[in-house]
Amino acid sequence: MTMSATQTAPTAVTFLEAIRQAMFEEMERDPAVVLLGEDVGVYGGAFKTSEGLLERFGWERVIDTPISESAIIGAACGMSYVGLRPICEMQFIDFIVCAFNQITNFVAKGHYLWNAPAPMVIRGPSGGGVHGGPFHSANPEMYFVHTPGLKVIYPSTPYDAKGLLKSAVRDNNPVLFFEHKFLYRRIKEELPTGDYTVPIGKAVVRREGRHLTILSYAAMMHTSLEAADALAKEGIEAEVIDLRTLLPLDEETILRSVKKTNKCLVVHEDTRTGGIAGEIAAILCEKAFGDLDGPLLRVTSLDTPVPYAPTLEEAFLPNAQKVFTAAKELARY
Amino acid sequence: MNKELTRKQHLDLYYYMRLTRAVEDTMTKLFRQNKIVGGLYSSLGQEAVSVATAYALEKKDWLAPMVRNIGALLVKGVPPRDVFMQHMAKYDSPTKGKDGTSHFGDLDNLHIVSPISMLGDLIPVMTGVAMGGRYLGQKIVTMTWIGDGGSSTGVFHEGLNFAAVQKAPFVLILENNLWAYSTPVKRQVPLQNLADRAKAYGISNYIVDGNDAVAVYSVAKEAVDRARAGDGPILIEAKTFRRLGHAQHDPAEYVPKEMRAYWEARDPILLYEKFLAAEKLLDAKGKKEIDDKIDALLATEREFAENSPMPPPAFADTGVYCTGDDCHKIRPNWVRPISEVTPPRSSVAPVWTVEGFGQGKSSSSGNAPIHFGDTPATEEATRDAQPLPRVPPKAGAKKLAKAAGAASKSAAGRKVRR
Repeated sequence: MTMSATQTAPTAVTFLEAIRQAMFEEMERDPAVVLLGEDVGVYGGAFKTSEGLLERFGWERVIDTPISESAIIGAACGMSYVGLRPICEMQFIDFIVCAFNQITNFVAKGHYLWNAPAPMVIRGPSGGGVHGGPFHSANPEMYFVHTPGLKVIYPSTPYDAKGLLKSAVRDNNPVLFFEHKFLYRRIKEELPTGDYTVPIGKAVVRREGRHLTILSYAAMMHTSLEAADALAKEGIEAEVIDLRTLLPLDEETILRSVKKTNKCLVVHEDTRTGGIAGEIAAILCEKAFGDLDGPLLRVTSLDTPVPYAPTLEEAFLPNAQKVFTAAKELARY
Repeated sequence: MNKELTRKQHLDLYYYMRLTRAVEDTMTKLFRQNKIVGGLYSSLGQEAVSVATAYALEKKDWLAPMVRNIGALLVKGVPPRDVFMQHMAKYDSPTKGKDGTSHFGDLDNLHIVSPISMLGDLIPVMTGVAMGGRYLGQKIVTMTWIGDGGSSTGVFHEGLNFAAVQKAPFVLILENNLWAYSTPVKRQVPLQNLADRAKAYGISNYIVDGNDAVAVYSVAKEAVDRARAGDGPILIEAKTFRRLGHAQHDPAEYVPKEMRAYWEARDPILLYEKFLAAEKLLDAKGKKEIDDKIDALLATEREFAENSPMPPPAFADTGVYCTGDDCHKIRPNWVRPISEVTPPRSSVAPVWTVEGFGQGKSSSSGNAPIHFGDTPATEEATRDAQPLPRVPPKAGAKKLAKAAGAASKSAAGRKVRR
């Protein structure tokens, strides 16, 4: 991480406020940065992540759009071609698939095919656990991790959310930035008062341990830490790594840890089949096969849509108990 | 606004139409020699549309072609060799063999955005270029083309609606060539005129004979001038006909013979030659000069293209990402003072104002019901039109925001290491 000021702010801020600060500061820093999305202007965003931005930066830079995800993404891409750095908000990240073609065929392929960089950010609230039901709880990150040309970020802390969003705005590539809405108001953190960024593509060790490695990101990172505390009471020291960026994946940090602990558990809220755990399993088979003392295990959501009823959603989602149980099983090897 | 063409401009249109046809004829030969890697699409009979619309743009303006708009690319300044090499997948082509046909662009100099095969996607993209250019004070106009077929895609409508509500300086040419692959327009759209699509978005539209080069130029120029002046996006329907199949492999036997004969007699180049001769703008000598010029140019261009190598295999795994300033220095070209869009001058009241609200005026001149707030207001309220109250939050969002605000058992209060 880079930090131009290390003085800490007097009060801790929420994840949501960290997002707002990142956009505010980037728009303040660079007039090429604009924001467009549904209800981002007068209303300040469905979750208030853009509150106060219209007031300060005006109608030309904070653009309320019709309910047209393809138009939002397409227009942002066009704006990026004249040197602007648009941020697109998806009101709920579930709606990003309405612009799937625009993102995966047009935006993502431009640099490879015709040398056209598209410096733009697509961000929005994702994830379950808040009883949003099947169309307001998605974790669609893997559709896009499978798309060369995109970068995919999914942070777990206010500090990272702010620093990574700033990096995303300054990046010359299209960056997808997922904000787990379960974390929006639940976690707080004191942030540096000055400008700082967190590099894209770097995982971080949140907790050191020697018996096994738990790889996770977003809300499940907190679940993994909770499980690690419980494991420690039984004498199992888990190393918890927060992936932070899913594309490009930080193989170096993953391999360093797994070569030390020789066991790997992947925890993600995304559904099981085709989740990042599968990709990590392949990487470990290719590059750390001889270092593994046990199978790669994974704790994930069920291979179903996100159900609405709290009892069903609880059964659908991973939790600390499920992580604890899987880690205990893995530790036996 | 001057829509009258000079003699030179008349001859420019003729030259580019002839060049377009000659470039495509050359590619047909290359195709038959197996030198074209993929498909080959023809604009035979539609040259006037591509050429005369693009000719209405200024150098600083932007365009995005479709696969049948080779003529627009030539007018914008693309050399024929680039078109040949694109089709032949050569390493010296604009995309260095990574894509074919008209799928290439040039952000820095010619201001061309590359098309993709999914029709309609360029409409919001060119809307965005137009909005971005306006934001930077560049006074540019953007243009793209869509077919009768592409006008049924969702993104056509999303894009055009957004362009309309933003009053983007954008001109959309709807090239109605009567066929979407094998499906006639009557089986696609229940409209006599596709220009009527514009009515849904409250934007201006024109209908023009797409095989009359001067008529096409005339409406295109008027539309470009109006868009530049701030009239918002404009849709032009150019009625024309696709003389060949969807691509080289398609003999188009589904097209009625009488229909083909009708349009062959209305060939845009023949019609234009008659016009030029009648106006004494072109004689046999002048025509011969243009023939020779095109022949000589294309011989050189074709030779260059044929001699260009295929890309080396290792090139496949390069260029997915921009690596930063060393790769692309992305700097907007500001033509207006930046202070206009930065605080404090950019500061506004974050409220909607709704024209006519509280004035007792009907929301529509038609027979729409009078909306709440449009009912006759008291004298007091009429004095100051009140801004609308803040929009109430959407039910789903409100509920979720509330749920997310609840205390968490697992995450709250945990100190997480950076």
